[in-house]
Amino acid sequence: MSFLKKPKISHPGLPTNEIGLTIRDYEGAMSTLCAGCGHDSISSAIMQAYYELSIEPHRVAKVSGIGCSSKTPTYFLGGAHGFNSVHGRMPSIATGANAANRELNYIGVSGDGDSLSIGLGQFGHAIRRNINMMYLIENNGVYGLTKGQFSASADRGSTAKKGDANPYSPIDPVLLAISLGCTFVGRGFSGDKEHLVPMIKSAIKHEGFALLDIISPCVTFNDHEGSTKSYAHTRANLRETVYADFTAQHEEIVAQVDPGEFKKITMHDGSRVGFKRVDESYDPTDRISAITYIEEHRSKGEVVTGLLYLEESASEMHSVLGSNKQAMATLPYSKLNPGAETLTRIQARWR
Amino acid sequence: MTTSKLNDFVIKLANVNGTGSASANGMLMKSIFRMGIPVTGKNFFPSNIQGLPTWYEIRISKDGYLCRSGKVDLMIAMNAETYKADLAEVDPGGYLMYDSTWPRNDILDRNDVTVLGIPLSAMCNEAFESARAKVLMKNVAYVGALVALLDIDMDVIENLLKETFSTKPHLADANIQAIKMGFDYATENFDCPLPLKLSPMEATKGHVIVDGNTTAGLGAVYAGATVTSWYPITPSTSLIDAFSLFCQQLRKDPETGENNYCVIQAEDELSAIGMVLGANWNGARAFTATSGPGVSLMSEFLGLAYYAEIPAVLYDVQRVSPSTGMPTRTQQCDIVSAAYASHGDTKQVLLFPSDPSDCFHMSKIAFDLAERLQTPVIVLTDLDIGMNDWMIPEIEWDDSYLPDRGKVYDAKQLKDMDAFYRYLDVDGDAIPWRTLPGVDSKGAYFVRGSGHNKFGGYTEKSDEYTDVVDRLRRKFDTAATLVPAPIINIDDAMPREKNYALLSIGSCDGAIREAREKMQLDGQGNLDYMRIQGFPFHKDVAVFIDQYEQVFVIEQNRDAQLRQLLTVELDIDPKRLIPLLSYDGMPVSSNFIVEGVTALIKQGHAA
Repeated sequence: MSFLKKPKISHPGLPTNEIGLTIRDYEGAMSTLCAGCGHDSISSAIMQAYYELSIEPHRVAKVSGIGCSSKTPTYFLGGAHGFNSVHGRMPSIATGANAANRELNYIGVSGDGDSLSIGLGQFGHAIRRNINMMYLIENNGVYGLTKGQFSASADRGSTAKKGDANPYSPIDPVLLAISLGCTFVGRGFSGDKEHLVPMIKSAIKHEGFALLDIISPCVTFNDHEGSTKSYAHTRANLRETVYADFTAQHEEIVAQVDPGEFKKITMHDGSRVGFKRVDESYDPTDRISAITYIEEHRSKGEVVTGLLYLEESASEMHSVLGSNKQAMATLPYSKLNPGAETLTRIQARWR
Repeated sequence: MTTSKLNDFVIKLANVNGTGSASANGMLMKSIFRMGIPVTGKNFFPSNIQGLPTWYEIRISKDGYLCRSGKVDLMIAMNAETYKADLAEVDPGGYLMYDSTWPRNDILDRNDVTVLGIPLSAMCNEAFESARAKVLMKNVAYVGALVALLDIDMDVIENLLKETFSTKPHLADANIQAIKMGFDYATENFDCPLPLKLSPMEATKGHVIVDGNTTAGLGAVYAGATVTSWYPITPSTSLIDAFSLFCQQLRKDPETGENNYCVIQAEDELSAIGMVLGANWNGARAFTATSGPGVSLMSEFLGLAYYAEIPAVLYDVQRVSPSTGMPTRTQQCDIVSAAYASHGDTKQVLLFPSDPSDCFHMSKIAFDLAERLQTPVIVLTDLDIGMNDWMIPEIEWDDSYLPDRGKVYDAKQLKDMDAFYRYLDVDGDAIPWRTLPGVDSKGAYFVRGSGHNKFGGYTEKSDEYTDVVDRLRRKFDTAATLVPAPIINIDDAMPREKNYALLSIGSCDGAIREAREKMQLDGQGNLDYMRIQGFPFHKDVAVFIDQYEQVFVIEQNRDAQLRQLLTVELDIDPKRLIPLLSYDGMPVSSNFIVEGVTALIKQGHAA
C-alpha cells in the first residue's frame, strides 16, 4: 500500500555514484502491485539506470497515463516530480512538459492498454514529433485493473484466464514505432534485468523519442498456459537479437575492442552504445531490414528483443521548432514582453 | 421617400465566397474609418472555400454604435443566387446596386427601393486580360462606384491601395483603374452622391480597427505565454495564427535568433489541452484556443486540471451549436458546458470579454487568475468578437506590469522548510502552494487525478477526499473575489426605471448600450444595465439583481444559459430573471433588444 511509509534505512557501506547518491536515493514509495509483477522489476531496472548515470532525481520528470504500469512512477525516483494523467493521454502531457522545459529528463511509463488502444493516436504523434523522452510500454497483453480483458497487444489465439481465445490481430508497438519513424526502438523482458539496464541507459541518453517495449507478464491475469505473454512462454520464445552495451561519455574507452561488438554509435552527449550482434543478419541502423527481421520472427511466434533500431541523427522537437536552448519556463518576463512602444507600432497597422 | 442619412447607415455586400470580395470590402470599410467616421464590419460567411453566398455588413455610425442595427440601407447585390432575399432585406427608402451586365427587371418588384444597375462584368471583361482579374476587379469597381455614390475621399482610397500593394505597384495600378471605372460610371449615370452619404469627421482618432482573435493572440504574447498547442477549428484558428505571427515578429531572441515561444499543432483537442497542462505543470504560461466541440473533447482533462489544480488558459471562441452546428455563425452557447466542464463536481473559472479590447486585457487577467488560483480559466469569447472588424480605442499597455505567477515555492524556500505538502491550505484562502519540476527534490510530489489527501498522497479515505474537495469549493469563493467585477451602467440624468433592469454578458454589450440610449431618447424607459465579466459571480452581481423586481437577462443562446447559471449559483427566484434570447447565429442587433425589452416591459405592466 503506497500510503504506508517505506522506511528509509541505508546501509552505511552502500556504494555511491558520482554525485554521491546511493541506490536508495533513487527509490520511491512502496509498490502496490501484485507480488511478482513484472512491472516492479522494470522499476528496479529504471532506478539502477538513473543511479548508474548519476542523474539527479529532481532533474527527472515522470509522466504516466492510467493502468497498473502508470502507477509505477510512484515506486521509483521519489525525488522527481511525477504526473499521473488520464488514460492514454500521457504523451500530450509529456509533450507540453517538454515544450516548457527542455532541460529536464523525461520518462513516460505506459502500458499496452494505455498506449495501444485509447492512447494510440497520442503515442503515434509523440513519435512523429520526436519528443526527447524515454517511453516505456510495460506490455502484458491484458487490462489488469479492470480484471483481465484482452488488450490490443494480445496475440491472436492467446487465451484469457477463463479460456476464451483472442480473435484479433495484435498491435506490435515496436513495428508500429519503427514504421512511424521512431528514432530509438528496443524490446526487453522484465525477467531479464541484466539486459534491461543498459538498454534503459541508452534510451535515457538518446536525444529524441526512445521507445522501449518491455514484455512484463501479469502474474494475476495473464501468466497461465495458453497465454503468449506468460513468463514461461516469453522465456521459451525470446529471441535476443542485439545486446546493447552502454558506455557513459566520461568513462574511459577501453583500448581493447570487445570482440563481439560490431558497431558503436555515439550519442549526442558523447556517450556510446556498443552493439553486440547475437544474430548475424541483424542491423539495428537499417529500418527496412529491422522491420523484415522482426516480422519474419513474429510469424514464427518468436519475440525478438534487444535494441532493435537506432537513429541518432534525427532532430528532436525543439531543434525542429528552433526553440531557445533555455527552458521556456525559466525565461524572464523581460524577454517575453514586447513593451508599450511596440504595441503602439503594431496598432499603427490597424488604422 | 428617401431621407438623407449622413454618416449613419448600413451597407451590406452580398458576394459569392472565393471571388476576392473580402479585400475590396475591407478596403471600403477602412476608407470610411480613415475619413474619421466610426465604422464596423461584420462578416457573415459560409463554411465553404468557394461558391456559397457570403455577406459583409458595414455599419457607419456617427454616434459610434458598433453593433448591428438590424437594418440595411444599401445592398450591393453581387450574388445572383441571393438577389431576391437581399432585395427583401433592404429597408424602405433604401438602395440596391447590382451587376446589370445581365439586366434583371424581374427583381425590381419593390418600388420603395432604388435599384442602381452597373454593368460591372461587362466593364471588367473589357478592361482586364486575365480571367482572375476580370473576377477580382468587379469588386474593386463597385467600390469605385461607391466612392462617387457615397462621396468617399478618393485620396484615402488611393493611399490605401498604394499601401496594400506597396511591393506590387502594377497591382496598385490595376486596382486604381478599376476604382476609376466604377467611379466614372456612377458619376455619369446617377445623381451623385446619394442621400446616404459620408462626410469627414474626427471621430476615429485614437482608435483602431481589429478583430478579437488578433487582440487575444497579442494579449497572450504580452501576458508572457510561451507555449501554445491547438487543433484547427473555426472560429478559433485565427487566434493561434495571430499568436504565432506576433511571436515570429516579437519573440525571436535578438542574440541567438532562437524562438522564445513554442507553437505545436496538436493531433486533436484532447492532445492540445494535454500539452497545455503539461507545460503549465512545468512552469510555462501555456494556452489553447478552440470552440464548442473542442471544449467537449477537452472536458476530461479540464476535470483533471480542476482536481489536481493545474493552471491553464483556454479561449473558447463560441459558434453556433449543438454538434457541428453552423461553424461560421455566432452564439454564446457554451456558458453552461464551460462553467461545469468535466464529470463530477467540477467548476471552471470563466471570463466574458465584450469586444477586442477586452480580449487583449482579459488575456493578461486569464493567465494571472489561472496561476493565482491554480485552475483552468476559460475565456468565453465568440465568433462575432473574434472574427469581425471592430473599432476600439487604441490599446494601452503598462510596462510596469509583472505577471502574477501565484504561489510557487522556489528553491530557497524549499531548502528552508522541513517538508513540502502539495494541497495544504497554508494561507486560509483555500489556495495551496505548488512547486515546479526540476527545482528541488524536496518539492517533488505526484500529480494525480485519483483521490488524494491534503498532503498530496493517494487516498481512498472518505474524510481525506472530502477535505480536499471542500477546500476546492472554498477556493471558488476566493475566485469570486478575484474575477473582474461586473460593469454597472446607471444613468442618473433622467428618472430611472425602478422595477426592471438589464443584465448580459460579452458581445451583447454594444447592442444593449445602443438599445438603452434609444429607449432613453424615445421615452421608453431608462434601464440600469449590468454586464457580468466573470464566473464564479462577483458579489456585486447579486447585489445588483436584488434591487429590481425583474431583471431581463439578454444572451445569445436558446436555453438562457446565463440565466440558468445565475439561478443555480446565486439561488435567485427564476421568476425574477426574464430571458431575452437571440440565437439565430447573427450578432444580436440593437433593434432586437429595443423591441424585446419594450415588449417585456409591456407584459410586465399587464401582469
